[in-house]
Amino acid sequence: MIALQLRESPSKQMVWLSPVIALALTLVICPLIFAALGKDPWQGFAVFFLNPFSSAYNLGEMMLKATPLMLIGLGLSIGFRCNVWNIGAEGQYLAGAAAATWVAISFAPMGGGVSLVMMGLAGMVGGMAWAAIPAFLRSHFNANEILVSLMLVYVADLGVSWLVQTPWRDPAGFNFPQTIQFADGFMLPVMFNGLRVTWVFPLAVILLGVAHVFMRHSYLGFQMRVAGQSEAAARYAGFSLHKTIWVGLLSGGAMAGLAGMAEIAGPVGQLTDKISVGYGFTAIIVAFIGRLNPIGIFLGSLLMAAFSLGGEQVQQYLGLTSSIAKAFQGLLLLLLLGCDVLINWKIKLKSS
Amino acid sequence: MTPLLTAILIATIISGTPLVIAALGELVVEKSGVLNLGIEGMMAVGALAGFAVTYHTGQAGLGILAAMLAGMALSLVFAVLALTLMANQVACGLALSIAGLGLAGFLGKPYEALSLPQIHPLPIPILADIPIVGTIFFHHQILVYVSWALFAAVMVFLYKTRAGLLVRAIGESPHSAHAIGSNVIAIRYAATLFGGAMAGLAGAFMSIFFTPLWDERMISGRGWIAAALVVFATWRPARVLIGAYLFGGVMILQLFIQGSGWQISIPSQFLSAMPYLATILVLVVISQNRRTIRLHSPMSLGVSYRPD
Repeated sequence: MIALQLRESPSKQMVWLSPVIALALTLVICPLIFAALGKDPWQGFAVFFLNPFSSAYNLGEMMLKATPLMLIGLGLSIGFRCNVWNIGAEGQYLAGAAAATWVAISFAPMGGGVSLVMMGLAGMVGGMAWAAIPAFLRSHFNANEILVSLMLVYVADLGVSWLVQTPWRDPAGFNFPQTIQFADGFMLPVMFNGLRVTWVFPLAVILLGVAHVFMRHSYLGFQMRVAGQSEAAARYAGFSLHKTIWVGLLSGGAMAGLAGMAEIAGPVGQLTDKISVGYGFTAIIVAFIGRLNPIGIFLGSLLMAAFSLGGEQVQQYLGLTSSIAKAFQGLLLLLLLGCDVLINWKIKLKSS
Repeated sequence: MTPLLTAILIATIISGTPLVIAALGELVVEKSGVLNLGIEGMMAVGALAGFAVTYHTGQAGLGILAAMLAGMALSLVFAVLALTLMANQVACGLALSIAGLGLAGFLGKPYEALSLPQIHPLPIPILADIPIVGTIFFHHQILVYVSWALFAAVMVFLYKTRAGLLVRAIGESPHSAHAIGSNVIAIRYAATLFGGAMAGLAGAFMSIFFTPLWDERMISGRGWIAAALVVFATWRPARVLIGAYLFGGVMILQLFIQGSGWQISIPSQFLSAMPYLATILVLVVISQNRRTIRLHSPMSLGVSYRPD
C-alpha cells in the first residue's frame, strides 16, 4: 500500500525537484503519445524536443517566443504570490497591443528610440488599464477576479477585431482585418541579423531581476508575500489587502501590455485580429512551473517556447498539427500539480 | 404574441440549455465543497468527443454518451489531483481548462470544417399542440427536455434525499460529516464526476445539436459563464435555471438585432461582447453583498480535506 505522510515542514528540495520530475514524466509520456498517433516514437521525440535546440535560427525563434511568456509570467507571478488570480493576461496583452498601435499609427516616428519608448509605455498603460477593471471590481465590489479578468479576454478580442475591421483598417489592405504596416521607427531592432528575436528579450531578463528585488527587498513586496501566505496575518499586521490586489493585477497588466507591444512592434509589425495566440494562458503555466521565482520563470518560459516551437517542427516534419504543443503544455501543468504533493507529503510504503 | 417574440423565446431556451446543464453540474460539485474551474476544458473535450463519435457512428446517442464519458475522464484527473493529492483546487481547475482546450484543439484538428446532419426537434405529443406555449416549450431537441429533468432531479436530490443532505453537509463541514461516518473523499469524487459528465453533456449539446459542427473556439467562454452562474445564483438551483436563460437570451439577442433589419449602428463586436459584459455586471451586483455570499456559499468551498 502506498500512503502519504505529512512532512514536518514543506520540502525545499521538492519545490524545485517537482517541475523536474514533471518534465521527466512528460518526456517519458511523449514518445508514447507519438506512438499512439501512429508515428515513430523516437522520431517524434527528437523532432518535438530536440529540433528546437538544433540551429541558431530555432534558438532565436525560441527566445522570440519566450519573450512574451517571460514578461507575462513575471507579471502574473507577483499577483499569484498574494493569491490574486489574474487569468486574463491574454486580454491585457491585447489591450497593450492596441494602445501601442495607437501610438504607431497616430504619430510620426521620432529618432533615438523615442517612438519605441512611447509605444512601450502605451502598451503598459493599456495593459494596466485593462487589468484595473478586475482590480477595481474585486477591491470595491468583491467580484471574483478570475471570472472578471477572463471575461475581459473575450471583450478585448472583440475590441481588437472591431479596431482592425473598422477605424484602424488599412485602406490599402484589400479589406483584410489589419492595420497599416508600422513605419521603421516603430519597429523593434533585432538582436542578431537574420534572427527575429528583439532587444525586448534582454529587457525581460532585466525586469525579472527588478521584480525579484521588489518582492524580496521592498516593504511592499514583503506585505504581498505575507498576504499570500496568510491573509489573516496580513490583516492583523495592518497591511492593506486592497493594495495587494491592485499591485498584483496591475503588475500583470503592465507586463502583459508590454508583451503585446513587443509582439506587434516585433515579429508582426502591425495590429491584426490574429495576434492573440494564447501567450497569456501559457504564461500561467510558466509562472507555476517556474515556482513564481525569476530564475524558474526564465527557464520555464524558454521551455514553454521550446514546446511551441516543437509543435511547429512536428507540423512541418511529421504532418501533425502544431496544437500538439498546447496538449503537451497542459499535460506538463497537470503532472506538475500532481508532483507538487511531494512538497508537503512523503510517500510511504505501508506493508498491509 | 408576435412570431418574432416567440422565435426569441425559443432561441433563448436553446442557447440557455448548455448553460443550464453545465451550471447545474457545477452546482452539485460546489455544494460538496469542491471548486472545479475546469468546466470550459471539460465542455470542449465533451463537445469534441460527442461530435467525433456522432460523426463516425451516425448515432447522436452514442455521441452524447462519449461526451459524458470524456467530461468524466477529465474531471477524474481533477479529482485525483485536487481530492486525493490535495493540490490547490483553483490551480487544478485552471490547469484542467488549459489542458482540456489544448487537448481538444489538438485532437479536433481533423474534424474542423466538418458538420453533422441537422437533427430534427422532438415535439412532445399533445403538449406540442398547445398554441404558443407548445411551440415555445415543447418543440425542442431532446437534451432541452433532459436539462429540465436534470433540474428537477438536482432539486429533489439536494433537498429531498438523504444523499443530497450528505453532499450539502460535506460542503459545509467535511470534518463533521466524517465524524458521523460518511466517506467525504468518495462523495466528493462522485460529485466531481457528475459535474464532469454534465459539462461533457453541455459540450455535446453544443457540437451535436446547437451548431452542429466542431470548432476549437466553439465553447467561447460558456464554461466560465456557467461557473459565474453558480455564484450569480448564490448556489440555488432555481436561480441557476433563471440565470442560464437570462444569459441564453443575451447571447442570442445580437442575432435578432442583426437579423431584424433595424438600422442600428452598433458594431457587431459590441453585441457579441454583451454576454461577457453581462457576466461581469451580474458578478459585481451579486458579490457586492458579502453577507448573501457568505450565507449561501458552501463553507468549505475550495478547501482541501484530508481524512485523519
